[in-house]
Amino acid sequence: MDTETKRSIIMKHYSNPKNRKYPEEEGYQKVNTANSSCVDNLDIYVKIEEGKIKDITFMGEACAISISSTSIMIENLIGKTIKEALEYIQEFEGMVEGQNYNKELLGDANAYYDIKSQGHRKTCALLPYIGMKQVLEKEE
Amino acid sequence: MNLEDFPMLKKDIIYLDNGATTLKPQCVIDKMRDYYENYSANAHRGDYDISYKVDQEYENARELVRKFINAKYKEEIIFTSGATQSLNMIAFGFFGKFLEAGDEVLITQSEHASNVIPWFILEKKLGIVVRYIPLDDDHYVTIENVRDAITPRTKVISLACITNVLGDERPIKEICELAHQNNIFVVMDAAQSVPHRKTDVEELDVDFLAFSGHKMCGPTGVGVLYGKKELLEEMDPQNYGGGMNESFDNANEIYLKELPTRLEAGTPNIAGVIGLGEAIQYLESIGMERISEYEKNLRKYAIDKLIEIPYIDILNLESDSGIISFNVDGVFSQDVAYYLNKYNLCVRAGNHCAKNLKKEVGVSNSLRVSLYFYNTESDIDALVELLKNKEKIMEEMI
Repeated sequence: MDTETKRSIIMKHYSNPKNRKYPEEEGYQKVNTANSSCVDNLDIYVKIEEGKIKDITFMGEACAISISSTSIMIENLIGKTIKEALEYIQEFEGMVEGQNYNKELLGDANAYYDIKSQGHRKTCALLPYIGMKQVLEKEE
Repeated sequence: MNLEDFPMLKKDIIYLDNGATTLKPQCVIDKMRDYYENYSANAHRGDYDISYKVDQEYENARELVRKFINAKYKEEIIFTSGATQSLNMIAFGFFGKFLEAGDEVLITQSEHASNVIPWFILEKKLGIVVRYIPLDDDHYVTIENVRDAITPRTKVISLACITNVLGDERPIKEICELAHQNNIFVVMDAAQSVPHRKTDVEELDVDFLAFSGHKMCGPTGVGVLYGKKELLEEMDPQNYGGGMNESFDNANEIYLKELPTRLEAGTPNIAGVIGLGEAIQYLESIGMERISEYEKNLRKYAIDKLIEIPYIDILNLESDSGIISFNVDGVFSQDVAYYLNKYNLCVRAGNHCAKNLKKEVGVSNSLRVSLYFYNTESDIDALVELLKNKEKIMEEMI
């Protein structure tokens, strides 16, 4: 992915993030995820029905990397089963940690392919996944 | 000024995060290196030459600190790991012993975590009450507001002399006077003030004072607890063990040494203490008045330029320190800091350990530029140049 594509994906999701709102109905689990090295602080709301992720929304304040990463995560995880979602998260973590990963599976999340070279920002990209994993592992 | 003294300034960086920590001059590095290379023995122990030299250097540093803050006695200077440990020792070692349920401690919403959480812990443990002195519209502490906040149950006023986010200076001398008329103790968190201006504990008449070495050109891991002698005599150690005991036999027969050793258990941070002594001599060779005057002028230079940028919102236009807190409208502070970092410009983003401040100023995070005497107008020019182009910020912040 070239730098311009990467930038435009991140900026698109930062300026217009998917589902940045409180849930509009009952049945969501809430998880807070915060970055100890800065002020990123997000509440993620997840609705799971019959082993599938029905919906995810989020609220809070965070940097461009955290917000865009959350938006992309939401877009990519809605509709997935818990098992599929955990597999996706594993691939994302692999990419961020500089290991082998499945490019096909990650879609827009490939925009963080070089975040590992940016120090603390790695944590920003991973932030929503830390909370999401807590919910999924509990449900598994 | 004095840029040539700092090895870090020979690297290609502009360092504007002096509120977090300061750079070290060569003389401090050399002084510590000299200890490790030439007389690396323990303090208060051996009967041999190099150990004797350690004792001399270590106690000389204590004397340098005493003179630097104009304390009356050497025993009033306790070396700690930093302002945080000093404040914890004051809260738990002294006030933990004397405060009772219902007693009140006055702080403000703009204190650093280290001057908040220990009091919260005492609140839970002893049932004391932590109350806040209201700040005025510019987030300043006024003597009138302190007077209004005092009740018959107020026992302690614990304040930063200069706060670490807004850089406002408190009228500590007047507060001490008022407090003492009402039999109230005053604790001063001097982490952001001692490095930048002349501090005179006797003139202020403050009861306890805490500061860190690393924010004043000294090494990390060393700091100072000052307390009036008669108060320190009553302070319980938070650490017991080697160095601080006279003799011991069983739980009922433990005899402790006199001040200051009684409050410095274990092998101290010898290199750190000696390095701090050197840092003090270095700062004095420049002159504390000169340092504060220089920072004041440089801050004004920066404010005059930043104020010209329409989308920059400065949280503390007026301030007595070298601290400028601001936001770029519509851009998260951390993203701006990341952008500046691409040009080797170091500034801090976040809430700066003052998490309660958002209740006061309504802004939960900001960028903070904190100046020291080795910063220059050209550092400010570089910062302003990078901030002047919002499109560039948006373009390069990721």
